[in-house]
Amino acid sequence: MKHLLSVTDLDAAAANGLLDTADRLRQALLGREVRKLPTLRGRTVITMFYEDSTRTRVSFEIAGKWMSADTVNVSAKGSSVSKGESLRDTSLTLSAMGADCVIVRHPASGAAHRLAAWADRDATMTGTHTSIVNAGDGTHEHPTQALLDAATLRDRLGSIAGRRIGIVGDVLHSRVARSNVFLLATLGAEVVLIAPPTLLPVGVEQWPCRVSPELDAELPGLDAVMMLRVQAERMHGAFFPSAREYAVRYGLSDQRAALLPEHAVVLHPGPMVRGMEIAPSVADSPRAAILAQVRNGVHVRMAVLYHLLAGAPE
Amino acid sequence: MNLFIHNTRPYGEGDPVDVVVSDGVITELGAGLTAPEGAETIDADGLVLLPGFVDLHVHLREPGGEESETIETGSRAAALGGFTAVFAMPNTDPVADNAVVVEYVHRRGAEVGLVDVHPVGAVTVGLEGAKLAELGTMAQSAANVRMFSDDGRCVNDPLIMRRALEYASALDVVIAQHAEDHRLTAGAQANEGVVASRLGLAGWPATAEETVVARDCALAREARAALHVCHVSSQRTIDVLRAAKEAGVRVSAEVTPHHLLLTDAALTSYDPVNKVNPPLRTAADTKAMRAALAEGVIDVVATDHAPHAAQYKDTEWAAAKPGMLGLQTALSVLVHTMVEPGLLDWRGVARVLSERPAEITGLPDQGRPIAVGEPATFALVDPEAQWTVRGAALASKASNTPYEGMRLPGVVVATVLRGRVTARDGQVRNG
Repeated sequence: MKHLLSVTDLDAAAANGLLDTADRLRQALLGREVRKLPTLRGRTVITMFYEDSTRTRVSFEIAGKWMSADTVNVSAKGSSVSKGESLRDTSLTLSAMGADCVIVRHPASGAAHRLAAWADRDATMTGTHTSIVNAGDGTHEHPTQALLDAATLRDRLGSIAGRRIGIVGDVLHSRVARSNVFLLATLGAEVVLIAPPTLLPVGVEQWPCRVSPELDAELPGLDAVMMLRVQAERMHGAFFPSAREYAVRYGLSDQRAALLPEHAVVLHPGPMVRGMEIAPSVADSPRAAILAQVRNGVHVRMAVLYHLLAGAPE
Repeated sequence: MNLFIHNTRPYGEGDPVDVVVSDGVITELGAGLTAPEGAETIDADGLVLLPGFVDLHVHLREPGGEESETIETGSRAAALGGFTAVFAMPNTDPVADNAVVVEYVHRRGAEVGLVDVHPVGAVTVGLEGAKLAELGTMAQSAANVRMFSDDGRCVNDPLIMRRALEYASALDVVIAQHAEDHRLTAGAQANEGVVASRLGLAGWPATAEETVVARDCALAREARAALHVCHVSSQRTIDVLRAAKEAGVRVSAEVTPHHLLLTDAALTSYDPVNKVNPPLRTAADTKAMRAALAEGVIDVVATDHAPHAAQYKDTEWAAAKPGMLGLQTALSVLVHTMVEPGLLDWRGVARVLSERPAEITGLPDQGRPIAVGEPATFALVDPEAQWTVRGAALASKASNTPYEGMRLPGVVVATVLRGRVTARDGQVRNG
């Protein structure tokens, strides 16, 4: 694995390999007094975030630090980006400084693909090699989020193949939904997208999933339900009439959560809008795995860095 | 200045003939003629002779965008592509919305002298869609503006579009519409459909084109005005155009070479060289474009030649400017998509690349028959030869071609404008 740009870079074996590595890293760290593995000592990992993010950036940074990599954080504010430097120049500058890995979040879909293309072009000229990790590009993908969701589901449900996973909400604007649909399908799950037609992309019928507008009808058959964040501003684009109507039709209330089977898990990629897409009591209930997702995020990102920079273990 | 073309086949038909040109006019046409003394001779060896190509849609970027193209570099690309007349869109800086700018563009084109450069005037002041530009003044200026367009933007306001059509009907000029309902394409990045949804690129619905074309056809019918639809890209727009033409509306339409050949499948690399407005659509759309061009529902091929310097293209997708080079690849793409599959013969190529565009804009000395007494304005084409496209080798200042590395059929061997050779064997002939 050279870069991680999209979950479609991963077949089932590669995805399971990453999840297994994440498990092993978690075991290795359990009960250690000093939570640090020497694996990536001397390697430089740069996070380059063009969008505000707390959990993803911190999660990558901790992952790098626990692996003993030197981590540097660059944000669009306070760097030469704010002086009008192009994405290409910024990324090549970081490569030239010796970054082994650049983790990028950017509001433009495909930004990580472009970075990888520039890095590869540069590598043929200079012989230096920089791996690119997509930490969220526009409305395209967020591969490590899907991997940490898969890790969480595997923990809670024991397996992913054959399980039915519902993804609810703003699929149209969600990179989390895209990465999850394709990764979960690769891992053998049955995915159901539940959203009003305005929040589903044209062309979704070609995705490896089923689509349903009715949340109540789907809940009893789900092994897990993933609630997507809904931005209240979306109602200005006439995607839905009001926050209240959205909550009434698609919010995971106590009554709705009661329709789920006993074993079913509730996921949310965060940040949550409590009271809109999810009731606080559901978010804090034992079936919610929201903090487990965050914990798994660090291990999954350690695994990604490990496979990219040290090579996947045989 | 005399010219002798030996053994050429006009329109690719019949046995080879010789063509004698003096003072810019065809004086003799037939087998076994003798070259006049001192004439430049082109041994055409059975190559196809066509009337010089007329492009209703180019962006020459001057004034204001000289880092991407100038009237000179664009003229060179045009001559090498077989073009003898081009219509330069007004979205320059300053905008060509007044007589001063259109006269500048016209004069620069004449100074360069490789191709007739016809400035297109803006429909509205500053392309802002709010206030009619001085169409009459531009039409009567030395630039003799024949076509008006806000291309790059749509004249979205139905009242402004109605008035523009009504006003234009008295001037005997054409309003060329960039049909795109901007409300439906707010934030749009790629053809709405399977590819865009997977790539997370905001969808550009075909309905944004179709609904504007339907509205404009209704307005043109009422105004009895001439409407030209730029760069048709969607299958369903063709149904709208067919119905309007059958109802007698004075509407013509163009398709670009890239909408005949390329599809949104090319977008998966996120390389913005494939970003264009309107967007590349599906294989079903390219197929429909080809059929409509063969049928005549789409009248002409126009390149929408849109040079952009590297800094506007070698970026992330959303930041890149839309547009691609087209002048030097147009004929080859047409041969590849239409001639080779048998959808269009060489008469048809002459129709869509020369005769119809000249007719739509009322150019008296372009798109003329190849006959004695007619202007010697030609493109001489080798239909058998192939070439490999290299952006860096094209005459344009920018190199944003989506055909990089593609091997395409059809080579323009020579271009002749009123008896003067403007390009031959891949070299421009400066006057």
